Amino acid sequence: MSKRAWQDLPKGAVSYKSSMDYKTGDWGVDAPKIDHSKCTKCMLCHFYCPEGAIHVRDDGYTEADLEYCKGCGICAKECPVKCIEMVRK
Amino acid sequence: MYRDGEKIMAKQKLMGLNGDEAVAYATKQVNPDVVAAYPITPQTIIVERFSEYVADGEVDTEFVAVESEHSAMSCSVGASAAGARAFTATAANGLALMWEIVYIASSLRLPIVMALANRALSGPINIHNDHSDGMGARDSGWIQIYCENAQEVYDASIQAWRIAEHLKIQLPIMVCLDGFTLSHTMENVETLPDEAVQDFVGERPFIEVEGHLGKGELRLNPDMPLTMGPLDLQDFYYEHKMHQVEALNDALEHIKEIDDEWADLSGRKYDYVEPYMMEDAEVALIGMGSMVGTIRHVVDELRSEGMKAGMIKLRLFRPFPTEHIKKALGNVPVLGVMEKCISFGAPASPLMEELMTAYYQDKEKPMMANFVVGLGGRDVSPDMIREAYTSLLKSKNTGKVEKLMTYIGVRGE
Repeated sequence: MSKRAWQDLPKGAVSYKSSMDYKTGDWGVDAPKIDHSKCTKCMLCHFYCPEGAIHVRDDGYTEADLEYCKGCGICAKECPVKCIEMVRK
Repeated sequence: MYRDGEKIMAKQKLMGLNGDEAVAYATKQVNPDVVAAYPITPQTIIVERFSEYVADGEVDTEFVAVESEHSAMSCSVGASAAGARAFTATAANGLALMWEIVYIASSLRLPIVMALANRALSGPINIHNDHSDGMGARDSGWIQIYCENAQEVYDASIQAWRIAEHLKIQLPIMVCLDGFTLSHTMENVETLPDEAVQDFVGERPFIEVEGHLGKGELRLNPDMPLTMGPLDLQDFYYEHKMHQVEALNDALEHIKEIDDEWADLSGRKYDYVEPYMMEDAEVALIGMGSMVGTIRHVVDELRSEGMKAGMIKLRLFRPFPTEHIKKALGNVPVLGVMEKCISFGAPASPLMEELMTAYYQDKEKPMMANFVVGLGGRDVSPDMIREAYTSLLKSKNTGKVEKLMTYIGVRGE
């Protein structure tokens, strides 16, 4: 989709889209790969993720949303059982 | 004002006010929602007087005694974004400390009103008047009005709200008054009744914008959330700057509507550019602020001595009224540009550069010479202005400008 011309943008640099529409997942080169066989469901990766891109599933395991994950690797660094590995996207 | 359906001029009261008091009194009458300011010479009286109005319960304003000018402007941005009428005042180094937020205020399209008591920027430290502070902010996207006397300061301090909040403008505005020369000099000022001022400024209007949840007013409102001041990168920043270009162009068109309305109410008519004795002038000076009064006096003297001198007062510097200046100047062959500012390392001072740019493509244009005067509060005396006119007359007779830049009143050649 082509981007709007300046005349069609809201004044005051107000964002006409939600940040949910801003898919930042393509910023990074790495993505977390979570090994659920080692995961203790502590959810620290969910809390540490600066982008809110790691969700807790109904079964208690966590999952990265790669549409928003920038691949910073904080989750892998903080995981106490080291079940998250950063891999090339 | 209307009475029995008839438009009438408001009854006025003559008061003795210095420039700062004129700002404070006008702002009291406007009764803004938020004033966030930090005292700095020569603006201090504005903040002092206004805080007295607050303490005495004469205004409903939330007065925020901030810890710095950076906070003063930040607070004004927050208040204005929330839909409040926000006022602040500063000078020189205070403006310098506000710097990053000054640009943010204009890019977020927040109609903040700020009085700037023009003062020389340090260093070395100096508290007196020149235009280095205001000129430094000329690219910040704010509207700038330079006042000649306390009456203009009072009038502009009320008009400023309507200009800033005009739906086609929506930009912050600086009301510039020369430090000490205006800020601390008591003059007769005709003031309107509170009610007339209130009628004139009315309620703050808002433009409609499209947020991520749909259309709404450009203000922070929990019922209609907006993202203001987002990260704005390569793909959108440039487009948003075009909005500012458009707004300042539109301002040039619409400020005069407010000037006209003010004239109807107060009887005092202002223009962007005010010529004096220009009809048959052979030499002319252009300047801003309090010195134009002295220039007018010298024009009268020179006219009585037979020199066809004229002058132009530039009241509106941003947006720059190119066509108005050209019309006022007419066919004058030589123009001197009086400035209380140096743009170090530049070919000339700011106003000169803008005039040169304005005329460059024209076949018919005046010769121009730049005169720097009054830095750090040095008096701009009639003799100095005479010196400028004499030099201009020489240029007119010889057909050339010997020196592009002349530093008048400095010791040593």
